[in-house]
Amino acid sequence: MSVRNKNKAGELRVKSKTENLSEIRDFVSTYALAAGMPAASIDNIILAVDEACTNIIKHAYKLSPQGEIIIKIDYDEEKFTVTIIDYGKSFEADRVPQPDLQKYYREHRVGGLGMYLMKSLMDDVEYISIPGEYNQVLLSKNIRSG
Amino acid sequence: MAEFSTSIKENGDIRIINLKGYLDAHTAPTLENNFTELINSNNFKIIVNFEDLAYISSAGLGVFMAYIENIRDNKGDIKLTNMSDKVFNIFDLLGFPLLYEIYKKEEEAIKKFSGS
Repeated sequence: MSVRNKNKAGELRVKSKTENLSEIRDFVSTYALAAGMPAASIDNIILAVDEACTNIIKHAYKLSPQGEIIIKIDYDEEKFTVTIIDYGKSFEADRVPQPDLQKYYREHRVGGLGMYLMKSLMDDVEYISIPGEYNQVLLSKNIRSG
Repeated sequence: MAEFSTSIKENGDIRIINLKGYLDAHTAPTLENNFTELINSNNFKIIVNFEDLAYISSAGLGVFMAYIENIRDNKGDIKLTNMSDKVFNIFDLLGFPLLYEIYKKEEEAIKKFSGS
């Protein structure tokens, strides 16, 4: 994979399979390194993108392996932004409550943690969902923040 | 593809699962199988050693939540040890230290199982 430093942007298209998560993480890692982000920020971005893509695979495409996931990266000196697009079932981010781990424990719930992690690890998380067309999640982190 | 593997060793009636590599939504079923096998063979005192674990996502953390109640109902526990700061931070962010015993070293968890 070559990083195009000139326009500081890149794109990866993969099918909605969990086996592609490692390729997605490597793709994000390459660009975050090129952007000069601190190591801790790179780890946080990689995990946030993994969580977003895992949610897409499990919930938008319901584990069907033929869905498409598009991951776009853009960065400048101030901000590193990852845009993730899918064409699966639309998702109402506002309806996902902040998890209460004690409650999850009692109710044997294991999902829902990913969204909380994404919001905790990134500086900004935005969802756009156009039912029947596409869903987009935009994850961004300031280059100099921790 | 992400590399992940586990190995299990015995220490008296304690079973120790060593994790290695990348634990994500793709590799979590390997660890789920370990827990299922241990529970089916009535092994409820379980230590998970994270020393060689490079990465964990919420799908990996979910595995511990899925089995803990069954294990504690059988007078056992899952104790977690040898986490890197990076991995511990994710557990901490999600409040796991309130629900799980996390030790710096495997020996501490063995002592805790043996002593009490």
